[in-house]
Amino acid sequence: MSIQPLLEVKNLETTFRTKAGPVRAVNNVSYDIHKGQTLGIVGESGCGKSVTSYSLMRLIEHPGRVTGGQVLLNGRDILKLSEGAMEEVRGGEMAMIFQEPMTALNPVLTIGFQMDEQIMKHKKCSPKESKERAIEMLRLVGIPSPEERYNSYPHQLSGGMRQRAMIAMALSCDPTFLIADEPTTALDVTIQAQILELIQNLQEKLNMTVQFITHDLGVISEISDRVMVMYGGQTCEQADTSELFLNPSHPYTAALIASRPKFGERVQRLTTIEGSVPAPFELPKGCPFVNRCSRVKSECAGTKPPLIEIRPGHKVACFNPL
Amino acid sequence: MTTFITRRILQTLAVIVILSYVCFYLMSLMPGDPVDMMVASNPKITAEDVARLKSLYGLDQPVYKRYASWMGSIVQGDLGYSRTYRVPVQELMGPRLWNTFLLSAISLILSIAIAVPLGVLSALKPGSKTDYVVNLFSFGGISIPSFWLAIVLIILFAVKFPLLPAGGTQTIGAENMGFWADIKDRSIYLILPVLSLSIQQIGRFSRFTRSTMLEAMRNDFIRTARAKGLSRSTVIWQHGFRNALIPLITILALSFSGLFSGAILTETVFAYQGVGKLVYDSIIGNDYNVAMISFVISVSMVLLMNLVADILYGFADPRISYQ
Repeated sequence: MSIQPLLEVKNLETTFRTKAGPVRAVNNVSYDIHKGQTLGIVGESGCGKSVTSYSLMRLIEHPGRVTGGQVLLNGRDILKLSEGAMEEVRGGEMAMIFQEPMTALNPVLTIGFQMDEQIMKHKKCSPKESKERAIEMLRLVGIPSPEERYNSYPHQLSGGMRQRAMIAMALSCDPTFLIADEPTTALDVTIQAQILELIQNLQEKLNMTVQFITHDLGVISEISDRVMVMYGGQTCEQADTSELFLNPSHPYTAALIASRPKFGERVQRLTTIEGSVPAPFELPKGCPFVNRCSRVKSECAGTKPPLIEIRPGHKVACFNPL
Repeated sequence: MTTFITRRILQTLAVIVILSYVCFYLMSLMPGDPVDMMVASNPKITAEDVARLKSLYGLDQPVYKRYASWMGSIVQGDLGYSRTYRVPVQELMGPRLWNTFLLSAISLILSIAIAVPLGVLSALKPGSKTDYVVNLFSFGGISIPSFWLAIVLIILFAVKFPLLPAGGTQTIGAENMGFWADIKDRSIYLILPVLSLSIQQIGRFSRFTRSTMLEAMRNDFIRTARAKGLSRSTVIWQHGFRNALIPLITILALSFSGLFSGAILTETVFAYQGVGKLVYDSIIGNDYNVAMISFVISVSMVLLMNLVADILYGFADPRISYQ
């Protein structure tokens, strides 16, 4: 593909300063997303997938800091923007939905107020126009009687409705790029399916590019065009979704896929990956997965495997890929 | 909302009656009554005189009857007569209450105006130099005993550098020199007492603001607000402080209930004609009427401010409703 991707992340590095020394939560991560596509980022808790997203939005709080790399959105490096210019990008060109719809909305302000804040900031319109826009968005995400809900407080809505309101808010200023940070994790399964469908429909309708973060492989296979697997703050593998599920090359990806319980199959014990994710400040010098890997070789411990393209569009960081 | 308020006011009245009875009873447990004191200072009074005086003042009656008759006259607006000052309680306490109110209200408003921004400031960057300085100041304010601070202030600003009066409430005769001159004169006398009260309150309030604000800024919706592209100040005040306000209301409302109780130590050190010293003297001197009225005022203020806090919650937090 020769056309410029909508988002290019190059060698992103985010470091947290702790008492035990600097901790690199995101280490040399690079990826592209083309316009209208969805990239899924998978990984266990603590693998750096959320920190990657916050780094893109520049929402990393002290003591964390993006310490290197570039984030090009439509060719513009947003890491170099001033704080004021970044405020225009956040919630405007680039929006984000969060995991917990229960806590991600301010409990003391109405849904309408929270939407208007954003719309008036980015669209520079009158309160009346903003209200119209907010109600239109609430209707678009399938909230019944949006005029009433506009004046509701978050606690008066159910979890699913709150997540819909959250989505309406994120999309209210026509973002070209949406980051969804585990938007369905806190919802029950039927609501999850509805929200996924909603995001997919809106993506098509509004021609949005999406970065979808989850630890649920089922969700990833359903929603994304490409997948990036992360472990210990680093990229293990990147491939198109079907390629990744059919030919996982990194031992970690393979183990993740193998550990999914299969429908209709009764087993004594579910397959797991032995051990647990190393703490970010005690990551091994070489491949972060070295302690749990079943295909470990002598060079794995000492040097980091580089991300190599093994098939067109399929990149793996492993000395001994499957 | 109206039914809630009416119900709460009725409850408040009931609590006032119960607590004033408890106070009345406790006062009656103290050894001696006004007539006994009279006897002590005048050995010529005979036993018959004592009995006659006791029945004349109703002191031979059981406590509940005395309470009932006291309550009866209070309701009719007769607060009684001060035994030690020999003037009606209204006349004695009116100006004293006003002085105390001035002192407490000014220092309270000053403290809030300074402490809340300080607390917010230090909460925004926990662990930073600003935070350390604010914390140091706060702990200092909380830990320094107010009487000691008052004395140091007097030594500094009235003795070493005689800029301000060491004590008192106003210059004699200043109230006849016109409205503005009176205000100016009183303000000069207020500076040191207000300062010594405020430093302590600023410490307490800023610590409290800091912790509620820290908690508020840790909420997920703060991140949402930032992700919407809102400016930093909107995020801090509209989203953070708006939520920190809810616990803050409680401590502030309860502080307001101390407006008429007086600060005994500060008032004593600065010889300020407030109600604090008066109440202390009235208890020691068996001056029932004065003591009881100040009890009732203190109790009522605490209850009233609790009610105010409850009503304010309803406005600050939509999750609380009084249906």
